[in-house]
Amino acid sequence: MSMTMVEKIIAAHSGKEKVKPGDLVAVDLDLVLGNDVTTPMAVNEFKKIGFNDVYDKNRIAIVPDHFAPNKDIKSAEQCKIIREFSYEKEIKNYFEIGEMGIEHCLLPEKGLVLPGDIIIGADSHTCTYGAFGALATGIGSTDMAVGMATGKAWMKVPETIKFTYTGKLNKWVGGKDLILYTIGDIGVDGALYKAMEFTGEVVDNLSMAGRMTMSNMAIEAGGKCGLIEPDETTFEYIKDIAQRDYKVYKSDKDAKYIKCYEYNVSKIEPQVAFPHLPENTRGISEVGDIKIDQVVIGSCTNGRLEDLRLAAEILKGKKKAKHIRLIVFPGTQKIYLDAVKEGIIETLIEAGAAVSTPTCGPCLGGHMGVLAKGERAVSTTNRNFVGRMGHPESEVYLTNPAVAAASAIMGKIAGPEEVM
Amino acid sequence: MILTGKVWKYGDDVDTDVIIPARYLNTSDPKELAKYCMEDIDKTFATNVKSGDIIVAEDNFGCGSSREHAPIAIKASGVSLIIANSFARIFYRNSINVGLPILECAEAVEDIEAFDELEVNIETGVIKNLTKNNEYQANGFPEFMKEIIDAGGLVNYARENWGGK
Ligand code: SF4
Repeated sequence: MSMTMVEKIIAAHSGKEKVKPGDLVAVDLDLVLGNDVTTPMAVNEFKKIGFNDVYDKNRIAIVPDHFAPNKDIKSAEQCKIIREFSYEKEIKNYFEIGEMGIEHCLLPEKGLVLPGDIIIGADSHTCTYGAFGALATGIGSTDMAVGMATGKAWMKVPETIKFTYTGKLNKWVGGKDLILYTIGDIGVDGALYKAMEFTGEVVDNLSMAGRMTMSNMAIEAGGKCGLIEPDETTFEYIKDIAQRDYKVYKSDKDAKYIKCYEYNVSKIEPQVAFPHLPENTRGISEVGDIKIDQVVIGSCTNGRLEDLRLAAEILKGKKKAKHIRLIVFPGTQKIYLDAVKEGIIETLIEAGAAVSTPTCGPCLGGHMGVLAKGERAVSTTNRNFVGRMGHPESEVYLTNPAVAAASAIMGKIAGPEEVM
Repeated sequence: MILTGKVWKYGDDVDTDVIIPARYLNTSDPKELAKYCMEDIDKTFATNVKSGDIIVAEDNFGCGSSREHAPIAIKASGVSLIIANSFARIFYRNSINVGLPILECAEAVEDIEAFDELEVNIETGVIKNLTKNNEYQANGFPEFMKEIIDAGGLVNYARENWGGK
């Protein structure tokens, strides 16, 4: 019987030969993730379950990244709860300040997310790991608590939508533009409850960074997960870092999809998502004259080395516009250090960027770049909801790192060719 | 269980950033969270909502982040039930896991207006609009989810069924 990748992964983790969309099953988990916002609540629930120990000390990851390094006393208290819990339960993959990074940049780098895994994370962008051919999905604190205690979660087998990308990518167009374009096409609930499967020659040629950017935003279309079939690029990325054995699952040729979309990417130009939904996308040529106050480059969507390199390529030898606050936050300590060694950070600072230690910071309006009333930001992050980056009357425009860098130079939303 | 309350009506894509803005996520105290619930789309909500009130919204309610703070803030503000055309996936499971009843019913959403009085039987899914004297039928929960709700949430369900160690 034919199955999609997701169906095969769920079947294998629930001890079943075959599952079909709509089935409700209990699955065994390969990894359970939480951060400083969601884990304190999970620790509370964990205590209520009445278990002394976590199910496996090596299969839990706890990352203080949202309000860390702590922005105030309350966030310090939250981080203290998860730190103490991690030490008490001897959680191997607890990452302290100085080792940490934005969770979805950090875990792949540590070889903790692997093909064929089922990963639940108390953070909606857990879907990022779909780029490795894993079923990775966001859940809440109660699921995290029960996952830590039992190694299990309940799951409804989703229907799968297939997205095929063919043709030749235009200059300055990458994973971010592909996924923004897709969300613009299908809407923020276009994949509600569904698994998304990204495929086609364009995806085959994307780097892991570009693939992670795409899978990262599956949730912005309402998706449960966004998977890409593992291939040589995947194996090359994980070969020296994989912490466990893994198994590769691929969709059968005659697997059933609820829907199939095909995009010829040669028609896609760099995308800009207008406030206040990621589906409000336009091509850069249709943006018009939009003055901005701040540019943010980083996050779990576009905070990888490749993204910083792209921004530096645009900003090299140039300066940001006088009135712009350009904030760059690398995804992890390793990315930060690699960027220092490559001279990327020097280029960015010379262009007038404020470079931050890894943190979620401005992405969720937490700290390190909160917007005032009426202010506008161009950001390489993934959400532009009302109040996402600060005041409810501020605005966020989502773009790729090249457009963000060009916009910083021009002081308004601008495409890279306007400054190159 | 029969729930009765007054309706707070909202549109499509009510996201977790407006249900409880991230700037308040440095705490997980339900009462504290409830003070800021819906602040960015409806400043009147937190101060005027009464125990038992019901939120009715259109498509994709609760989209965005995985923060359980969202259903917890709503529950702690006194809301007894949410009715929508559809819910975002994570919000849906979080609500079940924390024991906040939710129902999907497009027919009800279309007809119900702000401040209508409702009487809802969450076992049968029958929604009565006392103001308009109309009745709608919502989809019930699948068996597996009913078991979780009956157990009093996922924590109890896991203790009873996934005991293990
Ligand atoms: S960078 Fe932004 S979207 Fe990513 S995990 Fe942090 S807050 Fe969430």
